[in-house]
Amino acid sequence: MNITELAEYIGSLLPGCKVTEGKQFAEVALPPEMLHDAAFKLRNDAKASFDFLVCITGVDYGQDLGATYHLRSVSNGYTVVLKVRTSDRENPHFDSVTDIWKSADLMEREIYDLLGIKFTGHPDLRRLFLDRSWGFPLRKDYMDDTKIVTK
Amino acid sequence: MGIKGMKYEDFKDNESLELLKESGTNILLATIDDVINWGRKASLWPLTFATSCCGIEMMQTGAPYHDFARFGMEVYRASPRQADVIVVAGTIVYKMAPVLKRLYDQMSEPKYVVAMGACAISGGPFFLNSYSVVKGVEHVIPVDVFIPGCPPRPEALLYGMLQLQRKIETETMRSRKKRSASHNSEIV
Repeated sequence: MNITELAEYIGSLLPGCKVTEGKQFAEVALPPEMLHDAAFKLRNDAKASFDFLVCITGVDYGQDLGATYHLRSVSNGYTVVLKVRTSDRENPHFDSVTDIWKSADLMEREIYDLLGIKFTGHPDLRRLFLDRSWGFPLRKDYMDDTKIVTK
Repeated sequence: MGIKGMKYEDFKDNESLELLKESGTNILLATIDDVINWGRKASLWPLTFATSCCGIEMMQTGAPYHDFARFGMEVYRASPRQADVIVVAGTIVYKMAPVLKRLYDQMSEPKYVVAMGACAISGGPFFLNSYSVVKGVEHVIPVDVFIPGCPPRPEALLYGMLQLQRKIETETMRSRKKRSASHNSEIV
């Protein structure tokens, strides 16, 4: 399957999602409440079989917070990108995918540590690198007058 | 080689060194100082401490091509208690700062610090908009020699270490005590 066919197939697998062809990969924009179901389907569908979670990237878009999931099917050689975003900056949360891919554990903890996005269903959502005295330093509105020098 | 590039007059610039020497030494003391300083400068043992890419250049400086050992710095010590000089080779983040301070405190006097590379001098490429990088190692421990570069070439490190040797030559017992007591750590 090339990207176009993959995008079509995923579109049929996940009705109601917007699947687009990116430059490199097929991209799926998901509403947060569909994330876990979609991930489960993509992991267990025989034809798609995305068995490898390459990376989760936490993003601060300015207004919205989001997460980007790169999934790879090792047996088929496909890659797909899932994108979720939320406008809730006070209590942003997505469903955890640790029950689908074990490797999501540390990635989700890191995103929680640096961006403050909570992953509901995560077995052990503690901070990873920083201690409790920090805020969420990778957020665009993070302020620290002593540590950060700005122009 | 970097040392060839240094003008001979620079080595003979003793005027500024004399200024440092003005702390009431008499002839006998000066002689003892000279002997002690000669011994100290000719066996500077660095601590095996590197936090990023500057460390690679430091390893290269120790390797046979550039050969640190010519100047008595061949013995990298794995314990701060046996080291004379700590070369801060790389980025120091706020999480690392207390560790660096502890390593420095564990070294026995006389001890020296060389800040190698842009990160150790001022935070370098991470100076602006970084929440995690210490903006210069001088905020944590007192620095004797700054070596600019990103990372500095081995010749530059050698040049910096030779400058440190010159600095040690000018020390007296009294001035050394005053110096190490005057630094205030702002972060840890």
